[in-house]
Amino acid sequence: MKKKVLGLLLSTTMLAGMLTACGGNNNSGAATTDTSSADGAAATTAAAGDEGKVLNIYCWNDEFQRRVKDHYPGYTETDATSGTIGDVTVKWNITPNQDNAYQNNLDEALLKQGDASADDKIDIFLVEADYALKYVDADVTVPVADLGITDADIANQYKYTQDVMTDSNGALKGLSWQGCPGVLIYNREAAKEVLGSDDPAEVQKSVADWDTFLKTAEQMKAKGYSMTATTNDAYRVFSNNVSGKWVQNGKVVVDPSIMKWVEMSKAMVDAGEVGSTSDLWSDDWSKGFYPDGKVFCYFGPAWMINFSMAADKEGSIANAGGWGATEGPQGFFWGGTWICAAAGTDNASLVADIMKQLTTNKDIMLDIVSADSDFVNNKPAMEEAATKDEFAFAPLGGQNPLAMFCNGAEKCDLSNQCEYDQGCNEEFQKAMKNYFDGNASLDDALAMFNSAIVEKYPDVTAE
Amino acid sequence: MKKNSKVVSYNKWGYIFLIPFVLVYLVFQMIPLVSTIYNSFFENYRSGLKQIGPNFNGLQNYVTIITNGDLPTYLKNTLIMWILGFVPQIILSLLLGAWFTDPSLRLKAQGFFKTVIYLPNLIMASAFAMLFFTLFSNSGPINSILVQIGVLETPYQFMAHIWSVRGLVAFMNCLMWFGNTTILLMAGMMGIDPSLFEAAQVDGATATQIFYKVTLPLLKPILIYVMITSLIGGLQMFDVPQILTNGTGDPMRSSMTLIMYLNKHLFSKNYGLGGALSVFMFIITGILSMVVFKFTTGEDKD
Repeated sequence: MKKKVLGLLLSTTMLAGMLTACGGNNNSGAATTDTSSADGAAATTAAAGDEGKVLNIYCWNDEFQRRVKDHYPGYTETDATSGTIGDVTVKWNITPNQDNAYQNNLDEALLKQGDASADDKIDIFLVEADYALKYVDADVTVPVADLGITDADIANQYKYTQDVMTDSNGALKGLSWQGCPGVLIYNREAAKEVLGSDDPAEVQKSVADWDTFLKTAEQMKAKGYSMTATTNDAYRVFSNNVSGKWVQNGKVVVDPSIMKWVEMSKAMVDAGEVGSTSDLWSDDWSKGFYPDGKVFCYFGPAWMINFSMAADKEGSIANAGGWGATEGPQGFFWGGTWICAAAGTDNASLVADIMKQLTTNKDIMLDIVSADSDFVNNKPAMEEAATKDEFAFAPLGGQNPLAMFCNGAEKCDLSNQCEYDQGCNEEFQKAMKNYFDGNASLDDALAMFNSAIVEKYPDVTAE
Repeated sequence: MKKNSKVVSYNKWGYIFLIPFVLVYLVFQMIPLVSTIYNSFFENYRSGLKQIGPNFNGLQNYVTIITNGDLPTYLKNTLIMWILGFVPQIILSLLLGAWFTDPSLRLKAQGFFKTVIYLPNLIMASAFAMLFFTLFSNSGPINSILVQIGVLETPYQFMAHIWSVRGLVAFMNCLMWFGNTTILLMAGMMGIDPSLFEAAQVDGATATQIFYKVTLPLLKPILIYVMITSLIGGLQMFDVPQILTNGTGDPMRSSMTLIMYLNKHLFSKNYGLGGALSVFMFIITGILSMVVFKFTTGEDKD
């Protein structure tokens, strides 16, 4: 009896396998016949009317998905990875960002874009500042002007958000709904206990530049607080204030500003003023979101306050409104998500509408600010909101940090970005961790960084 | 005549039954092997969305790998972690195998124990590594326990010290594979003629003497097999250290294995350098297997 059951089971599995294989074949057969017509449509930049029924979106987390779900009119969620807008099905393809996994997945799909069937073609993909250039300067993105979005539509956006997405011919290739100037986010409880006040202006005096920052770190340590959760927290602040690109003339160059981070971090690690040398997003990093983590400050932009600091979890500092924000030692930006239309999209007018609604519609954007505590890419609206109490951030205990962000957004300068940034930043932090942990001398750690870069980018050389 | 033709037709069936294997071998082994070697002579990688090559560049890839000096380091790491795991593994397996097969011990519930020791091998290596990563993280349970019972004052950073990472990798490999090795060795031990053990016992040999003078020499063919398969598996060590160190091989790449290094090249789809590295590994594996084989069979003649 047992044998019979087993036999039945095995043969069913085999049969099922064969059937699915056949199904796959059928699909690809249909795909090849479809391509020619889809290509034709793409070539004429998809005149509205006969648009595709599937909108494929590539992204690395659910941030954009939440924005669309909550703020794009007409979007209904089916399940975690799909939804509908009218009679168009929206498919989310979410791949985590770390170690370039998202980019690799996207690159594969983009290179196959020409052969994919209309329903499988990528319509929208998101990019981050770290690697935006890679896609902007390639013909995988459609200029927003070709989608029917005019300069007048986007006049209110912060200039830097457009500069970074403009290719070498001056065509704008992507739009963002957010601005990402960063601030220093501090633990009010710790500020009161150690510095005597949690008023942003008072706290700013203790973190006005890196020397006072280090002095405050000593005080924090004396009271049992870590200045930052990890050594990598301050990294962005230094790496955004560099004087040159990571890769110059095909050679990787470590900027003096980044070396300053190394020097400062090593001193802080040796003095025991930093929680750990772990990566951002690790458990050691996020434990400071709770009072027991005993971390004084984080560096981050608006999206971090809302999206990353466990504001929705009972017992976290953010949940209780226990954070404060101040400008910190140096201005910086972090991340930022741009919406790009993929070349070959069969949903051009829908893509254009999503871009328009989320990045230019003032009402929707103000909605995003009040619902999600994000800093949106609309200068007049933000300057107006900065003065209104109703736009205060709950995780910041009712502080309205928008004026600070407005200031920061004006100063954002992304001209030293290059397409190797993500790999360089990640590998540099990994290599330096060895130096901080005392497992390598500075020279050895730098040598390890160089060899990692050459492995990752064979076209880049290191000394 | 008739008898002759019958033999021929049996032979035919032999070949027919071999076809599936040969086909699978050709498609999944031979073609990849040849194309790897072929690829190793080309410059062929991708930078961002740009594809560079394939351009024929002769032995340039081999020269690059020899001159940048990484290969010996990673080979050393791999072998260290393999030996650290293999030595306790083979000792444990021999001991357990000897106990399980010893009729005079009459162990109860053998089936249960044989299943239990094999269980770790059923867990996916990456899940196993993930589990250990969490267990041994700075704020993980192992550190909490050690601090709370007063063994340590501050959490020990397992992932930031060379020997603790290597030790963990070796320990995991040992734990995962000792059950498998035990079962192989048991099969070998049970194949030994029981009358030899009885004869030794009648002659007054102790259990230790029986183990060293009877069991081990007769187990040699199986031991060689275990050694060589484990060596090849060890050289291909990848998933455990990759997941445990998040692909970095930290600290300072001291736990980076050859395959992890190969994986670094595949990040940029660098088929040329990756191919050349694979060819080197092929040669290294061949040489080491020959050494093990010669070493263990050479003794036979004494």
